[in-house]
Amino acid sequence: MLDEATIARIAEEVIRELTKYGVPAAEHTKQETGEDIDSPESKRETLLTNPQDGEALQKMKRATTARIGVGRCGPRLNTRTMLTLRADHAKARDAVFADVTPNFLEELGLFTVQTCCGDKNTYVTRPDLGRKLCPEAVETLEQKCRKRPDVQIFAADGLSSTAVEANLSRILPVLTDSLTDKGLTVGTPFYVRFGRVGVEDHVAEILGAKVVCVLLGERPGLATAESMSAYLVYNAHVGMPESKRTVVSNIHKNGLAAVEAGAYIADVIGKMLAQKASGVDLKKG
Amino acid sequence: MTLFTVLSGKTFTFSSIKDVLAKASEKKSGDILAGIAAASDLERVAAKVVLSRLTVRDLRENPVVPYEDDEVTRLNQDSLDMTVYQEISGWSIAQVREYILDYKTTEADIKRLGRGLTAETVAGVCKLMSNLDLIYAANKVRVMATCNTTIGRRGTLATRLQPNHSTDSVEGITASLFEGLSYGSGDALLGLNPVNDTVSSLTEVLKRFDEIKNRFEIPTQICVLGHITTQIEAVKRGAPTDLIFQSIAGSQKGNTAFGFSTDTVREALSLLKEKGTGKGENVLYFETGQGSELSSDAHYGADQVTMEARCYAFAREFHPFMVNTVVGFIGPEYLYDSKQVIRAGLEDHFMGKLSGVPMGCDCCYTNHMLADQNDIENLSLLLASAGVNYILGVPAGDDIMLNYQTNAYHDAAALREVLGLHPIWEFEKWLEKMGIMENGRLTAKAGDPTIFTQRR
Repeated sequence: MLDEATIARIAEEVIRELTKYGVPAAEHTKQETGEDIDSPESKRETLLTNPQDGEALQKMKRATTARIGVGRCGPRLNTRTMLTLRADHAKARDAVFADVTPNFLEELGLFTVQTCCGDKNTYVTRPDLGRKLCPEAVETLEQKCRKRPDVQIFAADGLSSTAVEANLSRILPVLTDSLTDKGLTVGTPFYVRFGRVGVEDHVAEILGAKVVCVLLGERPGLATAESMSAYLVYNAHVGMPESKRTVVSNIHKNGLAAVEAGAYIADVIGKMLAQKASGVDLKKG
Repeated sequence: MTLFTVLSGKTFTFSSIKDVLAKASEKKSGDILAGIAAASDLERVAAKVVLSRLTVRDLRENPVVPYEDDEVTRLNQDSLDMTVYQEISGWSIAQVREYILDYKTTEADIKRLGRGLTAETVAGVCKLMSNLDLIYAANKVRVMATCNTTIGRRGTLATRLQPNHSTDSVEGITASLFEGLSYGSGDALLGLNPVNDTVSSLTEVLKRFDEIKNRFEIPTQICVLGHITTQIEAVKRGAPTDLIFQSIAGSQKGNTAFGFSTDTVREALSLLKEKGTGKGENVLYFETGQGSELSSDAHYGADQVTMEARCYAFAREFHPFMVNTVVGFIGPEYLYDSKQVIRAGLEDHFMGKLSGVPMGCDCCYTNHMLADQNDIENLSLLLASAGVNYILGVPAGDDIMLNYQTNAYHDAAALREVLGLHPIWEFEKWLEKMGIMENGRLTAKAGDPTIFTQRR
């Protein structure tokens, strides 16, 4: 039988041997447990073996979320770095190209209308068509929605369906309730598929809303695909300058939390109605 | 000047030279968005046929933006080498293409030719070139420029090290900078895209870059890519910089949308002569990219390749140290997928060289394009074989501030090895001194950013 000290010494030697050949011991554990290489904990690990100053490297990694201390095999990325990068890109791509699940929208009681884009590829290449509702959509809104509300809120996929699914169920009730508490009339909410920011101008014209607010998924980065923005306009109309838009951005769990954002946006809308202005015309404070 | 042709039994007629140029372009989503692209593949080829028969004079006399309305056109037309132009004004565009590709035509011949071509002709020739034509022709030419070091020598592939940070944290930037240097990146430039375009923020980063450059005696250039007016103000107040940067467009209207004029560029040049830390003659840095004119409604109904060529015509008047196309940054509305991005990268590099500017390329893509890391690795290999001056380098290919992906720090080392290329000479000597590179390869020490944090 080996005593504990001997076992520890052997284990240490094995780890040293493994490290010498460039395979961090942590990799072997991951192989066995099927650990998620894309988790925040995994990403914090350094793959670089034997840095001259390990402490300095940890300090550097804490100073940035950039993929540093990653090491290499020859002049190429280690397998794990390469796969983590691909995983993050896959998430971002899925956020852009996947649709919001119909069940999700049903549960929120939202009906769906579509812009003049027939499919996702038309959507990403034709911003002009993504700013315009199709004739059937116009008809649906005229039939189903309350006319001339103080505020018309709706959601759109924008460039991230993931962002819609991550935030909408939290932001929408808070926003609606806060506006109602202020004594404002809130229009019938709905969801626009293949919608760009500018589609809110068309919506506002059709429904005669004083303030229009679209909650929309932003173009994903590799860090997060969950970022949503709200674009707000007072008295919007097609062809108005972009400077009339007020934006509340960075709505996601590590940014401005959805619930907080809902309350904040309601306050901004209150100001817009009081000042009859938005965008660059809206006075701060 | 003939604007029609019969092709495969069908007659194709075009309304103007601008129309021929637009329809002769390889398919790009931006030209479709602008409503000026060819309606069919056969119409595209018919436009190429008509273009191939037009003369250098036809294209020179029909700039896509009128001379009276636009200073880019005026700069381009007024600076043309008339001796060269007179010799070739009667050549067809097909002849120009074949002259460039001919074995008898030397590098010096092509450089001389370029001085007699307006942007529209450069774009025209480009539209008659296949991808391998673009690579072969561009590889004949090297455009060198000198600041602290000389970029663009045959046999070198340089990199701009881009250590961006999501909040401009100087320590975070420094961490990415050390990581990049340890991979042999940064011989073209240590250059940051700032989040905060303020004099104080730019100055703080420039001071750090300058301090690191001097402490480790790194033979390279530094720059922080704020707006040109912010950089001018920072330098006036004593910020150290080798280069001043600006994004440029192919029309005055586009440049106005970017917030500057030729006078601003001239001011930057004379300021750098007086107060810049760069030693050589070439102290400006311009960035371009197909589609930017359309995005600011400054394209005058012209196609994005022709507008891009006009950027290079503008750039060459100011003798920059570096120019690069940020080819895949603009999104799928302008360049839909990897096929279009790769084509655009090769076009821009060729047109830049024919115009006489020292060209690099940010081989990049956004997450809403149909492209991935494989595609931009392809593009960087193609461009490195075409003799591109530099590519970009960021940690593992992921830019955490611009939210797009480009080449990893690692890539230049692999490309250099595959193609037998080297960093800029002085920089390679420095890498050897630091123990990062040996016999053209990374050493065991390479990739360890903490070699720069050791107390000295």
